Amino acid sequence: MSTKMTSFRFAIGAALLALAGTLPVLAAGDGPEIARKKWSFSGPRGHFDQNQLQRGFQVYKEVCSTCHGIKRIAYRNLMQKGGPAFPEDGVRSLAAESKIDEIDPNSGKIVPRAGRLSDRFPSPYKNEAEARSIHNGAYPPDLSLIAKARNVEYSGTLWGHPLSMAKDMVTGYQEGGADYLYALLTGYKDNAPAYRKEGQKLVAVAEASVPRGDKSILRCVAVEPGTGAKPDACTPMADGMNYNMAYPGHQIGMAQPIRDGQVKYGDGTPGTISNYASDVASFLSWAGDPTHDERKSLGWQVVLYLLITSILLFIAKQRLWREVH
Amino acid sequence: MEHQSTYKPGSRTAKWWDERLPIVRLMHDSFVVFPTPRNLNYFWTFGGILAFCLAVQIVSGIVLAMHYVPSETMAFDSVERIRRDVNYGWLIRSMHAVGASMFFFAVYVHIFRGLYYGSYKAPREVLWIIGVLIYLSMMATAFLGYTLPWGQMSFWGATVITNFFSAIPVVGPKIVTWLWGGYSVTGVTLNRFYSLHYLLPFVIAGLVILHVWALHVAGQNNPTGVEIKTASDAVPMSPFAIMKDLVGLSVFAMLFAWFVFFAPDYLGHADNYVEANPLVTPPHIVPEWYFLPFYAILRAVPSKLGGVLLMFAAVAILAFVSWLDTSRVRSTKYRPTYRWFFWLFVFTCVALGYLGAKPAEGVYVFWARIFTIYYFAHFLLVMPIVGLIETPKTLPRSITDAVLGKAGGGAGSTAAAAAAPEKR
Repeated sequence: MSTKMTSFRFAIGAALLALAGTLPVLAAGDGPEIARKKWSFSGPRGHFDQNQLQRGFQVYKEVCSTCHGIKRIAYRNLMQKGGPAFPEDGVRSLAAESKIDEIDPNSGKIVPRAGRLSDRFPSPYKNEAEARSIHNGAYPPDLSLIAKARNVEYSGTLWGHPLSMAKDMVTGYQEGGADYLYALLTGYKDNAPAYRKEGQKLVAVAEASVPRGDKSILRCVAVEPGTGAKPDACTPMADGMNYNMAYPGHQIGMAQPIRDGQVKYGDGTPGTISNYASDVASFLSWAGDPTHDERKSLGWQVVLYLLITSILLFIAKQRLWREVH
Repeated sequence: MEHQSTYKPGSRTAKWWDERLPIVRLMHDSFVVFPTPRNLNYFWTFGGILAFCLAVQIVSGIVLAMHYVPSETMAFDSVERIRRDVNYGWLIRSMHAVGASMFFFAVYVHIFRGLYYGSYKAPREVLWIIGVLIYLSMMATAFLGYTLPWGQMSFWGATVITNFFSAIPVVGPKIVTWLWGGYSVTGVTLNRFYSLHYLLPFVIAGLVILHVWALHVAGQNNPTGVEIKTASDAVPMSPFAIMKDLVGLSVFAMLFAWFVFFAPDYLGHADNYVEANPLVTPPHIVPEWYFLPFYAILRAVPSKLGGVLLMFAAVAILAFVSWLDTSRVRSTKYRPTYRWFFWLFVFTCVALGYLGAKPAEGVYVFWARIFTIYYFAHFLLVMPIVGLIETPKTLPRSITDAVLGKAGGGAGSTAAAAAAPEKR
């Protein structure tokens, strides 16, 4: 039996090694690397930072809202606990600034009226066609759920994957959307990476050492390695597109939306891209999950209740079974 | 296990009822005095946990149905209204979505427990086959339910899965049109999926009743695989087994709550927070995690029809294990050789799950084929052959002996095998 077992163990070991040899090559994801940030709302004990949400709303309103709607948020939500919790007066006057179309019951005509707390944010466009005509055929997505609708793919070794999954489950990692949005907003570059042709090969050139006005420099969004007589192929950026480190494929229609100093914060927070990006990513995370704080605080009550119940049940079960075993 | 009813009506009212509809007697005999093997481990608590899962899904589903709108234009919005504006809607919706994953997690533990301890062997074949039918109904229900939020994965998942039927020669395309109620997945498809999603859980509930009935006729298997022989082998279900079930259930509920409250989206796809759009295909269409091994099998086969057939065969083959396994003993605990193959099979299922989540290209397809081959070889070759050539370890004479540590667990020998009480 023991020799049979040994050879069998050996066979399994060999199979595992073979697996290890082939898979990690492809397991390194094709998407761009996106760093995980520490957010106030990270993990089971996380909750939104009210000041950050207020700043994030300011960024959304002054910058993003020009092109992106947020139709699932009503003005009243801005007063909500666990959200930006703006004072009611301010929200009322903010709502009143918007014009909501309404059918006049006497004439049947569409008459605009001032917005109320119960109204949802109106779209910046009359319809999709208008949006596309303005934006070179593109339709800027509504941002109500954008933080939920984006995620960060795992890009590491095969063996690290189960560990990373276990860690994410234990730490309750749900901030992929915010991480992605932060990486996107801070990931703009003026140009695609520079390459110089050397024979059949395209060799990357560091941005700092690119000579001014050098016509031999190629700008490539992607480089497909050549084979045999075929030279490396450069994919140039399409017209009207912008280079972004985090965006899949690196070509994004949206021009860099925000730069240092563009928004003046009232609370003395420095107006840097990094602050704008994390504030607006927090705000959009809240917009996608407005019951987040309530969920986590109730969660602790439920989990602790179940933990104590489990311990008591286990003790009771041990006592009961003592007479059997 | 058939046994004399010990129920004694305690009052005149109880006696009156007992003579007309002996439902209390049925409950008493089935869930109070029912003899359960005294050596059941915590893996046996998953039966009760699964009943709990079904109840959670039905109750949370009924509440969701009060607020959900099954229409092409409003389904996605109505789910968002539930999350945002319905009182505790976020909780009910999370419980239902996470609950599906928990249900499958529990059913996989339950199935692998059955496979490990040989719970499918005589006289429990019918019990096991009803279990396979429950699993199949669960898969259908989960697939239909995943369509309802009408996100991108809902829509494209539904498109991919319904397209399986187009692989059937001649009538395939006609069947798909019939399933869709049109020439593509539309709101019409959503309506019928919603109707069926509400129907199937009650079919599952009916099958569960048959499953429990069959269980109470054959009696429970146990970690030794040796049947109950004397009174000392068993304890009454109440309070002993029930108390242990409650411990398992409570710990399981904690895991459930962890996901509901702290990681409600972990088990889902970000793409499903984008409303369905028939004009935009997501870069990777991936099913929920519990279908991934089957998805890997589907894509491992170069032909579409072959892939679909093999995928269905992967579930169907479970129904035949009672006859594919030739072993004299039930429990893998006493099967030194098969034990290795069992864990290799578990590894295969996990590996197929991993590969199912990866794009179907290059080395992933190669490994998906290798593991698909082992998946089927395990049932068609390993189960019949290892059962014939393996020498099992000595079985304990009874459950009581096993509990008191008198026998069993020793090295296998031919003499011991001859003494084994389980004979074909």
